[in-house]
Amino acid sequence: MHTFFQQTLNGLSLGSIYALLALGYTMVYGIIKLINFAHGDVYMLGAFWGYYVINTYHVNFLVALVSAMVVTALAGMLIEYLAYRPLRNSPRITALITAIGVSYFLENGMSFLFGANTRNFPQAITQHNYDVFGITVSNIQILILVTSLVLMVLLQLIIQKTKMGTAMRAVAVDPEAAALVGINPDHVISFTFGLGSALAGAGGVLIGLYYNSIDPLMGMTPGIKAFVAAVVGGIGSIPGAAIGGFLIGLLETATQAVGLSAYKDAAVYVVLIVILVLLPTGLLGKNVKEKV
Amino acid sequence: MKMNRMMSGVAAVAAMMVMAGCSAKASAKSGNTASGNTVKIGMNMELSGAAAGYGQQMKQGFQLAVKQINAQGGIKVNGKKMKIKTVIQDNKSTTSGSASVTAQLATKEGVVAIVGPATTNDGTAAIPNETKAEVAGVSPSATDPDYTLQKNGKVQDYVFRACFENNFQGETAAHFVTNTIKAKNVAVIADNSSDYGTGLAKAFKQAYKGNIVSTQYFQEGDKDFNALVTAIKNKKVDAIYAPGYYSEVGLIIKQARQAGIKAPIVGSDGMADPKLSQIAGKANANKVYYTTPFSSKSGASNKMAAKFMKDFKAEYGSDAPTFSALAYDSVLMIKQAIQDAKSTNSVKIAKALAKIKNMPAVTGAMTINKHHDPEKPIMIEEVENGAVVSATAVK
Repeated sequence: MHTFFQQTLNGLSLGSIYALLALGYTMVYGIIKLINFAHGDVYMLGAFWGYYVINTYHVNFLVALVSAMVVTALAGMLIEYLAYRPLRNSPRITALITAIGVSYFLENGMSFLFGANTRNFPQAITQHNYDVFGITVSNIQILILVTSLVLMVLLQLIIQKTKMGTAMRAVAVDPEAAALVGINPDHVISFTFGLGSALAGAGGVLIGLYYNSIDPLMGMTPGIKAFVAAVVGGIGSIPGAAIGGFLIGLLETATQAVGLSAYKDAAVYVVLIVILVLLPTGLLGKNVKEKV
Repeated sequence: MKMNRMMSGVAAVAAMMVMAGCSAKASAKSGNTASGNTVKIGMNMELSGAAAGYGQQMKQGFQLAVKQINAQGGIKVNGKKMKIKTVIQDNKSTTSGSASVTAQLATKEGVVAIVGPATTNDGTAAIPNETKAEVAGVSPSATDPDYTLQKNGKVQDYVFRACFENNFQGETAAHFVTNTIKAKNVAVIADNSSDYGTGLAKAFKQAYKGNIVSTQYFQEGDKDFNALVTAIKNKKVDAIYAPGYYSEVGLIIKQARQAGIKAPIVGSDGMADPKLSQIAGKANANKVYYTTPFSSKSGASNKMAAKFMKDFKAEYGSDAPTFSALAYDSVLMIKQAIQDAKSTNSVKIAKALAKIKNMPAVTGAMTINKHHDPEKPIMIEEVENGAVVSATAVK
């Protein structure tokens, strides 16, 4: 039984990162129907920024986290401005291919500038293990779970309670009608990219701290798994993305726990296929009104 | 991006078919021969993509070797000193890239020998073009036992390597686990995404006589091993065999120690890098052992290794990793072969490479055997508190 709870905890820590990433995918898709494949690489940028500020300026973890969120938000807006905005009225496949191009550009650009080697992330917080009823919990695991949950709640508040959130929801439903009532869709889309990228950046710093290892290709697999999480939860649905992220994290952990570690990635993609066949809109995808 | 692998496989086949036309050489003149006062040596290396971290280290070792040889005037061929000119090309960690880079180097650039590629997959893709152009390739780190062999078991004439093949390392680790650690129950965690990890795991399992309680796999680039180590913790193992590269095994060590697993962790030369302890964390890197031809303790018994480590640090400002040492030795092998052959003809160089005996090298004095594998002493290094405390030679 102890093992079961320990594995559940492992799955939740992993899942919270997928959830943070999935939120970015889902928000962007909700508004401009674009699957932003460069999203995983923004997460990598966040981790590298955290690495840079902690190593160079010896800032504490909170400063690193917040500054990484600001930097990745700017990076996300810049990517949107340079790569996707000129294609706003092009067919969707054009923007999709561009997204893959941006992803390769970021991965190989970072390899070129800073080297492809794995780096060890500075340990801004020393890890302590606590024994709770025989389950080992580390302070970093708690930090990841709490930070992710706080960010998700904040995101929900921004979308539901602020003027910008209302505008985002309006653009998601009908961009033209939103423009008619005085909303500038470009601003809203830019803001959405910033918000999603900030979450990815936070995820990058948290992962760096948790695993102590970052490299320019670190965003590739988590990016794809977060995409699966967003689809499972219902792409376009915010709570769906969060639930999907946790589900994928738990599923991956469960596959490894029962000894099928070689198939852990396969299991994730099988779930994607099953969901697409049985529930094409995902678990919470029917809720069109909530689309953001 | 799982699709990429499949796509690149298809692309590799297509590329090889296209290349077959342009890399065939007139049979009258066999191989490439250097002209003038320079001899061209190529490098076909993973400088970007998934294996770039290791490829970049090999490039450093390669360049250091060439720089030092040139500083001494070059390679002596029939009384004439010839400087080395390098042609370094990136195969992007793809098989198609490796095939086309080989064709470029061997036919367009006219190199007399090639160092690389790093991985068995990319290396195997380079073989058809190397053979056609009759230019030898020396891989610093392609470890699959069959890499240097043809399908019918005969040796590939133009394929060599500077590293151990998997079976040798796997067996050495198995003996160590049985005789020194005296482990009765062992868990195996292997890298499933490379021939290196799966090959070593297979060799270990064949040679180990004790009880293997669990075999688990991971992928290159994985960062979360908590589920794996939690599952292993329950099984109460005496040792863990984890063949793989430092970037993943470092994380396995960290997460296993943090989960409270105290059993020794044994691995292979992919772990022989100062980064291993940095990623695992000094406090976690305890009771870690790996088989390797090169170690930071090598300097005590091998003067060349001591000099190499000093020069490497002076040149690049960091400790020399094993991959750099292997690439350095690959260049030394080619230099030795050119001197022995008394010629810069690539066919004669390949023949001389196969006859290298007791050549002093950074990773230990090596003799090339009939399978084109180097025979050299293997060591087992022990890491405690993040530092290598001992390196024991084993037979």
